[in-house]
Amino acid sequence: MSIPRLLARNVDAYGSEPAYREKDLGIWQVWSWSEAAAEIEALALGFLTLGAQPGDTIAILGRNRPALYWAMVAAQRVGAVPVPLYQDSVAEEIAFVLDHCEARFVVAGDQEQVDKLIDVKDDLPVLAHIVYLDPRGLRKYDHTHLTAYATLQDAGRAARDDLMPELVRRTDGLGPDDTCVMLYTSGTTGKPKGVVLSNRNIIETAKNSAEFDRLRRDEEVLAYLPMAWVGDFIFSIGQAMWCGFCVNCPESEDTMMTDLREIGPTYYFAPPRVFESQLTSVMIRMEDAGALKKWLFDRFMALARRVGGPILDGAPVAASDRLAYRLGDLLVYGPLKNTLGFSRVRVGYTAGEAIGPEIFDFYRSLGINLKQLYGQTEASVFITQQRDGEVRSDTVGTPTPGVELRIDESREVFYRSPGVFVRYHKNPESTASTKDGEGWVATGDAGFIEEGTGHLRIIDRAKDVGAMADGSLFAPKFVENKLKFYPDILEAVVFGNGRDRCCAFINIDLTAVGNWAERNNIAYSSYQELSQHPRVLDTIAGHVAAVNDSIAGDEMLSGCRIHRFLVLHKELDADDGELTRTRKVRRRIIEDKFSDLITALYDGSDRVSTVTEVTYEDGRKGAISATLEIRDVIPAPADRMAAQ
Amino acid sequence: MNVARNVAGEVTADGRTLGGTLMDLRNITLRFGGVTAIKDISFDIREGEIRAIIGPNGAGKSSMLNVISGFYNPQEGEVWFRGDRRGPMRPYQVARLGIARTFQNIALFDGMSVLDNIMTGRLTHTRSGLLDQAIWWGKAQREENAHREKVEEIIDFLEIQRIRKTPVGRLPYGLKKRVELARALAAEPKLLLLDEPMAGMNVEEKEDMSRYILDVNDEFGTTVALIEHDMGVVMDLSDRVVVMDYGRKIGDGTPSEVRNNQAVIDAYLGVAHD
Repeated sequence: MSIPRLLARNVDAYGSEPAYREKDLGIWQVWSWSEAAAEIEALALGFLTLGAQPGDTIAILGRNRPALYWAMVAAQRVGAVPVPLYQDSVAEEIAFVLDHCEARFVVAGDQEQVDKLIDVKDDLPVLAHIVYLDPRGLRKYDHTHLTAYATLQDAGRAARDDLMPELVRRTDGLGPDDTCVMLYTSGTTGKPKGVVLSNRNIIETAKNSAEFDRLRRDEEVLAYLPMAWVGDFIFSIGQAMWCGFCVNCPESEDTMMTDLREIGPTYYFAPPRVFESQLTSVMIRMEDAGALKKWLFDRFMALARRVGGPILDGAPVAASDRLAYRLGDLLVYGPLKNTLGFSRVRVGYTAGEAIGPEIFDFYRSLGINLKQLYGQTEASVFITQQRDGEVRSDTVGTPTPGVELRIDESREVFYRSPGVFVRYHKNPESTASTKDGEGWVATGDAGFIEEGTGHLRIIDRAKDVGAMADGSLFAPKFVENKLKFYPDILEAVVFGNGRDRCCAFINIDLTAVGNWAERNNIAYSSYQELSQHPRVLDTIAGHVAAVNDSIAGDEMLSGCRIHRFLVLHKELDADDGELTRTRKVRRRIIEDKFSDLITALYDGSDRVSTVTEVTYEDGRKGAISATLEIRDVIPAPADRMAAQ
Repeated sequence: MNVARNVAGEVTADGRTLGGTLMDLRNITLRFGGVTAIKDISFDIREGEIRAIIGPNGAGKSSMLNVISGFYNPQEGEVWFRGDRRGPMRPYQVARLGIARTFQNIALFDGMSVLDNIMTGRLTHTRSGLLDQAIWWGKAQREENAHREKVEEIIDFLEIQRIRKTPVGRLPYGLKKRVELARALAAEPKLLLLDEPMAGMNVEEKEDMSRYILDVNDEFGTTVALIEHDMGVVMDLSDRVVVMDYGRKIGDGTPSEVRNNQAVIDAYLGVAHD
């Protein structure tokens, strides 16, 4: 059992059906399973001409393109291990991973990626050869260690007679326990770790999850999420190979929304922020719409909020409401879904972060079967999934078939499944501390299984769950998520572990707040100025107070109410190390970098001046200075006592 | 001297191989009534190079470009293009010769989509007649498909896929400049004339545009002649530079030669005139 064997099976079973599509030169180009297999074979033979050995590492660096997916399968065919990298990583990050996985070859998408590789090549003695896909701008480069993808395929085809027996021998030798892929986790703390996943991990997980959602051969998916992310590997390689469905690649990153509309995927995944920003843009455009359209939209959306979810869940709904909903589908929901590219979505998933209930319900009320799943790279994605008809915004569902769950006394979630990773590459200590002898893996997340429904609910990262000075539970992410559900707030970071009260940093969302400023005739010249505008601070203070109210009722978490906050003068950014590449907050680094601001939050001052170093996209550094206002939401204890 | 310069294969200081002469301008003088815009200027443009014309305001750069493009007919001097002496010409004849240009003030059709604008660049390559195109069958349709493919290659090259269907009027300035370059490229010119391609752009847009000009020169082998004010850009981009001042040529050579030329320094920094 291996990915190349599934490929061969698909060629035999439905060789002339589409396997890959990519929009190129304005037209969707199609490759059938047979054509794709021939491309993969030519490239695999090409790797052999370069002297690729079993066990070598072949890194893949670029945006989602069929040829790069083929490169991964070609690597498997020669017995090598494919390692996809995040294409927007800076050169040093790439160098770390290439060095750690001892990559001998890299298949890069274009000149931009090749330039990064050339920058760091001297520090990577093992890196022997770079293969590039788009030749543009690379004509005059020194080609001693550089080859075009097509040239390498030609070399492979030319040597077919000599090398084919060796290729067949290596491909046939692949078994379920051979490494299928190695994926580097972005790592909220410390350096990235290479997660080794076997063919068994990937194929078993793909099979179980595909059966769970009854995925078929005629599904359409759009491959637009980073290739280095385990989800993309499972959807675009694992499940696509298992089910035999077609993987569609956008023309460029900028055209993703247009391409989404044209393809109309039936199976779709997006992180919550994608759904969030789509909803924001719909709402902004509705504000510019004519009175009649606005009236129709408001009226039918109110109906959808009431009956859309139940209809989707198959719950009983009055016939008159069903009829009205059908009319709404004709006038509003249908056209809106079409604009969003969701007309044909049969199974949609979101994961990675908590999704706001309003956002989640909005999409479901339109009749889009959006669900949540909970997963990890170490689990080959799937741990829990929501079953059709059991979908809620505050849980992550029940265990995927084949997965066992366990919650320990410290509330940490553990799981065991066929998808459990083999090991962390060259890191036995981390492997041992994550996976025990019986195959149970610590997720690092704290959560609990809801009584009655059996659904898993996640509170926070286990290591971030702490205690306040008075011993009550401190779960920052829980509060941050509630804050982030407001469109005005892009990011929030809550502090309070071991302290007597909680305080927060807020990042405003420039799209939403900028739009609000425009409508209210508020002039601003920079992000920084807008972020400190008194009316912006008033609005945010209102959101914080509302979140406090919603937490106050929760016995377990009422200690996490926010007493003071400030709005940051810069967006938290992965380039500055404050977020991971998947946009998760790196708490320790932020605490360290903005320690002066945290001190000010707790020492009672009402404003603070600071200078922050920023990194531009090209790697240059600069500094911005700002004076930030601190707002009290809950009066300090001293005041309260005085009031009494 | 002229003969020696015509030989292809000569190698420049930075290791580039120069082609043969594509265009030779000999003793050009251009007058508008009593005003002499260009006085007795000679220089050549060689195949495959990026040739810049620089100079202070009013030096006669744009006039020179218009002489090259055939829009102005000089009173004195000779223009040789690909071995033939060129007489007075109409703009469409110039286009057929293989010369395309962009304008200092963008000259696109605002109401038309990016795609349609670029398609107009294919006009000189269209062979089917008006009747064929009106009936839209057979040859005309096949021909348009071929043109569309060429245009899509250029769209891909300049990375403007996402605005393919957008009306040009709605685009920001930097993108309009790129669309104009795309239209010029669609004509598959032998010689591409760029009139201040970076004017009014921010640093990032300038970097992008420079990259595109280099890539065009590299991938398509298109000879480029450009006028530009941004010295940094000119010095990085060009193989050879002509410097003009008050209608005269005061310098000609590689960027480093020109940079060290006293007359050029004087023209740019100013000297006390006796």
